[in-house]
Amino acid sequence: MTEKAHTRQSVDWALIGVYVLLVLIGWLNIYAATHTSEGGSLIAWSSRAGKQFVWMLTAFGLAAFTLFVLPPKLWEAVCIPFYLFVAALLVLVIFVSSDVKGSHSWFDLGPVRFQPAEISKISTSLLLAYVMSRQGYRITRLKDLLLAGLVIAAPMLIIVAESETGSALVYAGFIFVLYREGLSGWWLGVIGLVIGLFVATLTLGAYWAIYLMVGCLVLCNVVMGPPGKRWMHGSVGGAFLLLMALLPSLLGWLCTLVQGRMDALAARVWVPQANESFHYFWSFLLDLKPIVLLLGTCLLSFPWLAWRAYKERDYFLAVTLLVFLLGIALVFSTEYIFENVLQPHQKGRIEVLLGMREDPSGMGYNVNQSKIAIGSGGLLGKGFLKGTQTTFGFVPEQATDFIFCTVGEEWGFLGCLLVIGLYVFLIARLLADAEQCREPFIRIYGYGVAACIFMHLVINIGMTIGLMPVIGIPLPLLSYGGSSLWAFTLLIFIFLALYRDEKKYF
Amino acid sequence: MSANGRHIRLLVGLGVVTVLLLGKIFTLQLLSSQYKEDADRNSTVYETIYPTRGVIYDRNGVVLVGNKIAYDILVSPRQVQAFDTLQLAAILDVTPEFIRRKMQEYDKRKSSIGFQDVTMLRMIPAETYLRFDEVKYRFPGFKGQVRGVRYYPVNAGGNLLGYVSEVDQDYIRRSDGQYRSGDYAGMTGIEAAREADLRGEKGYHIYLRNSRNQIEQPYKDGTEDKEAIPGRNITTTIDATLQQYGQQLMQNKVGSVVAIEPSTGEILALVSSPGIDVEQLSDIGKHYADIAGNPYKPMYNRAVQASYPPGSVFKLVNGLIGLQEGVLRPETMYSCNHGYHFGAGHKLGCHGHKSPLNMEESIMMSCNAYYCYVLKNILDNRKWDNVADGLDHWHEYVESFGFGRKLGSDFPAELSGSIPTSRTYNRSYGRGRWNSTTVISLSIGQGEILATPMHLANLCATIANRGHYYIPHIVKASEGVEIDPRFYERQYTMVDTVHFPKLIRGMWRAVNSGPGMGGTAWIAHIDSLDVCGKTGTAQNPRGADNSVFICFAPMDNPRIAVAAYVENGGFGATYAAPIASLMVEKYLKDTVRRHALEERMINANLMDRVKHD
Repeated sequence: MTEKAHTRQSVDWALIGVYVLLVLIGWLNIYAATHTSEGGSLIAWSSRAGKQFVWMLTAFGLAAFTLFVLPPKLWEAVCIPFYLFVAALLVLVIFVSSDVKGSHSWFDLGPVRFQPAEISKISTSLLLAYVMSRQGYRITRLKDLLLAGLVIAAPMLIIVAESETGSALVYAGFIFVLYREGLSGWWLGVIGLVIGLFVATLTLGAYWAIYLMVGCLVLCNVVMGPPGKRWMHGSVGGAFLLLMALLPSLLGWLCTLVQGRMDALAARVWVPQANESFHYFWSFLLDLKPIVLLLGTCLLSFPWLAWRAYKERDYFLAVTLLVFLLGIALVFSTEYIFENVLQPHQKGRIEVLLGMREDPSGMGYNVNQSKIAIGSGGLLGKGFLKGTQTTFGFVPEQATDFIFCTVGEEWGFLGCLLVIGLYVFLIARLLADAEQCREPFIRIYGYGVAACIFMHLVINIGMTIGLMPVIGIPLPLLSYGGSSLWAFTLLIFIFLALYRDEKKYF
Repeated sequence: MSANGRHIRLLVGLGVVTVLLLGKIFTLQLLSSQYKEDADRNSTVYETIYPTRGVIYDRNGVVLVGNKIAYDILVSPRQVQAFDTLQLAAILDVTPEFIRRKMQEYDKRKSSIGFQDVTMLRMIPAETYLRFDEVKYRFPGFKGQVRGVRYYPVNAGGNLLGYVSEVDQDYIRRSDGQYRSGDYAGMTGIEAAREADLRGEKGYHIYLRNSRNQIEQPYKDGTEDKEAIPGRNITTTIDATLQQYGQQLMQNKVGSVVAIEPSTGEILALVSSPGIDVEQLSDIGKHYADIAGNPYKPMYNRAVQASYPPGSVFKLVNGLIGLQEGVLRPETMYSCNHGYHFGAGHKLGCHGHKSPLNMEESIMMSCNAYYCYVLKNILDNRKWDNVADGLDHWHEYVESFGFGRKLGSDFPAELSGSIPTSRTYNRSYGRGRWNSTTVISLSIGQGEILATPMHLANLCATIANRGHYYIPHIVKASEGVEIDPRFYERQYTMVDTVHFPKLIRGMWRAVNSGPGMGGTAWIAHIDSLDVCGKTGTAQNPRGADNSVFICFAPMDNPRIAVAAYVENGGFGATYAAPIASLMVEKYLKDTVRRHALEERMINANLMDRVKHD
C-alpha cells in the first residue's frame, strides 16, 4: 500500500467533510448576522465575517498540522503536563482577566481574546482517556471512579469559580463517557431524576413532582423489578396513581359538597351554636390539601413496604424506597435551593425558562427575540441576508452564542434540519470511529470529544429555542470566535490523528 | 452488559434529544404564526401622524376653537451622545438644570423607555423650534415634532369649550385601546362632549428599523402607510357674540348665565364665572396648578354643576302645580301681612306690597305668603293619603320640569341638583312627624331644593313654550355630525298648556309695569320687546343673598330664555335681572342701548363679597 493511498484510507474524510461544511456554514451566517452593522465584506479584516475567514483558514491549517505533522503519540505522552498547565491557566485567568459580563474567564492578549476553558475540554478529555485506559482500571471500583470524577470535576469547579457556570455544565457530558466505560446506569437515572424533580417541583409544584416520581418508581419496579411481583406492583401502583391523579379534583368536589351542606344547614337551622360546631367539625376537610393526603398515604404504607423489602430480601424495592425518601427530601429542599443557593441571575433565567415569569424585555428578552427570529423562518427561511431579526440586530450576541438564530431565520426549518443533521452525523461518526478503535485511550478520547460537542449542541440550540436557560456557550464550529473554533478544531483533529494512527497499524 | 449495547443506547439517546430539538424548532417555525407576527412588529416602526383636531364653530359659523402649529421636542435617550447642555438649554429657553434633570430621569427609566422617543418639552413656539432646527445636527437623539395646538379667537370661556390635554394612564385604560400614551384628548366642555368627532383618526408611516431604533427604509415603499383623517368640525349652538357678552357681564362676579332657544333647546350661551381664561386653555398643563389652586374654583362649571337654591323663581313651578291640581285658580286672592304666619309666632316674611292679591299679581310682586298658601293647599289636598303622599306627588310634578335630575344634555359633567321627597323628611324628622308647615320654605324655592342654572334656564324655556321643553344641548347637527334624536323630542311637563298664559302674564307685568307699580323686575324692561321674567332672591348661608332672574322674550314666539344666577348679588333685580335682560337685548337687538346699565354691570365687582374656603 502506497503512502498516499494509505492516507486516503486511514483518514475519516467524511468526518472532515462535515467539519468543513459546518465551519463554512458558520462563516456565511456570521456574515449574514453582521453584514448590515459591519459592512458588506466576507473577507475584510474589519468585519467579523472577515476575521472569521482568517480564523477559518488558520483553523484548517491547524487541522492539517495536527493530522499530518504532529506525531499522534505525543498526545498520550503530554496529557498530564498539558492538563496541569491548562488547570494553572484556568486559575490564573481568575486573577488577571477583565470582567466580561460578570465572568472572569477571558485572557485579553491585545487584539485576541481567548478562554482557557475552551482548551480545558481537550486536556480533560485527554487525561480522562489516559486515566481510564490504564491497565487494571475498573470503573466499578470506587477508587477508580473517584479518580475519573476528580479529573472531570477539577476544571469544572475552577470554571464555576470563574463564574462561567454555563461552560462548567458541559463537563457533565463526560458522564456519558463513564457510562460507555461501564458506569452503572443507575447514575444516569439518578441524575436524570434529580434534574426532573427540580424542574417539576418548580413548575408543577410539590404534589405533581412527587406524583411523577412515584410514577417513575412504579414503572421501574414493573419493568425491572423481580419478575414474580411485576403484576402486583403494576396493579397496586397503578391504582394508587389513578387515585392520586384524581385526588385534587376529588378533594375540590368534596369541599364544595361540604360547603354546600354547611350553607344549607346554616339556612335551615337558626341555632348559631349548632351551626358553629358543625362548621368546626367539618371545616378541617376544607383545609385538607392533596399533598397532605398523598404524603400521608405514602408514609403510612412506608413501614409496611420497608418490612416487606427486608423480609423478602427485595433489593429492588429497598432501593426504590430509598430513592423515594431522597426524592421527597429533594422536592422540599428545591424551594430552599432555588431561593437561597442560586444567584439571582441564574434564578431569573430558570424562572423565565420554566415559564414562571413573563419578562420579554428583561431576562427573557434574549430568548424571546431568539425565538421570534427562529420562529419567523418558516419552512424555507427568508433567504440568505434577508432576515430582519438577525440582521437588524434584535437578537443579542447574534454572531456568537445566538448564531443558530440566523440559520433558523434565513434558512428555515430545512436549514435547521441540515445543520442539526450535520452535527448528529458528526457525533454519531465520532462514536462509530471510537468504537472501531482497539486502543481504549483513543476510544475514550473519541467519546469525550463527542460528549463535548453533544453538550454544546444541546445547550446552545436548546437555549436559542427556549428549551434551556440562557447559558452563554458557543455553538461548536459555527459561532464567531477564533479561540472557540481553534479549540474545537484541535479537539476533533487530535481524535482524527489518533484514529488515523491506529488505522495505520491495524 | 456489553459495551456495544451501551454504544447503541447512547446513539438512541442522541436520537431522542435530536428529535426533541427538531420537534421544538418545528413547533416554532411551522406550527405557530405568532413569531412571524412578532418579527414584523419587531422590525417595523409605526410613526404616528397626528390628525388635525376638528374646528369648533358657533351657530353662525364663527370659529370658537381653531388650530395652530406648535412643536414638541422629543428625545431618544439611547441615541443621545455627549452634548453641550448649556447651548441646548439656551436654544430651547430652559435652564441647564432642567435638561440635566430630564436626562437623569430618562437614565433611571432606561429599561422602560428602551428605544422609544420621550417628550422632553411640549408646545414650544415656532421661533424657538426653528432656532433648534438649525443646530439639531449637534444634538443627536433630539428631534422636533409638529403638533397641532388649539387656539381661541373668541373668549367663549374655558368651561364651555373645555381643554385638550395629554391622556393619562387612567384615561388610556378606560378608552379600550383608542388612545396611547402621548395622545391628546378633550377633557372637559365641548372638547370632551364631542371628542369622538373632533379627534379624527391617526395615520402612520411604516419604516423598517434595526434594534437600535434607527430607521432603515420605508416599509414596502410606503404603500402600507395610512394618512391621518382630520377630526370632524363641530358646529355648536352657541352664539359667539352672546357668549362673549355674557363672559363680559359676569366678569368679577361668581355665578352663571345660561341662555336657551326655547323652540329648539339649543344652548345659546353658557357662562360660568370665574372661569378658565382661554389664554390659559391651550397650554393647560402649565397653568393647571394655578387654576386648581384658585379659591374661586374656576374649573368648576357652575352652569351645570353648581346646586343653588332657586329662590322665588321656583314660585312659578308651585303656581303651575297648584293650577294643574285645581287647588289654585288664577283669581284666587290671598292676603299678605308682611309674610305668612303659622303656628305660634312663626312667620315666613315678605316684603311690602299691596294685599290681598291674585295669582298674576303674586308673580308680578313675588309674594311669599301667597305661595305658602299654594304649597300648603297642594300638600294638604284631601286626595292624598297624607302630606308625605302629597309631597311625593309634588315631587313628581317638579321632576317633570327637569328638576332634581340630570336633564340629559350633551354637555359633560352635568349634575342633577336635588328635589326633596317624603323620604328626605322622614329621614330627618321621622315618619309622620312633619307636616306641610315643616316644609313650607319649598314654596319659595328655599330649603331642600337645589337646582343648577341650567335647570332654571330650562324652566324658563319650558314656560316660554307653555308646557314643554327640548333637552338643552350644545351641538347642532351638521355635515357628518349627528346629534341624538332625543334632542328633537318635546319633553312635556305634567302641567297643561292652558295654565301657562296667566302665569306668563304675571311675569310680563313683573317686567313691564314700570317703576313704582310693584313689579319686581322693571329694570329688565326693554323697549318693544315683551320681556317676561321672574326674580329670585335666594338665601346664601355664606354672606349676602344670591341674585336670581329668569326671563324670556318676546312673550309671543319667544326666541330666547335666560337664567342668571349671581352669588351674593343681593336682590334678584340688583344684578341677575339686569344681566339677563342685557343678554336678551344683545341677542334680539344686536346692539345694547342701555349703556349706563351695561357699564354698571360690566364694572361691578362682587368678588370681595364672596366667601371662599
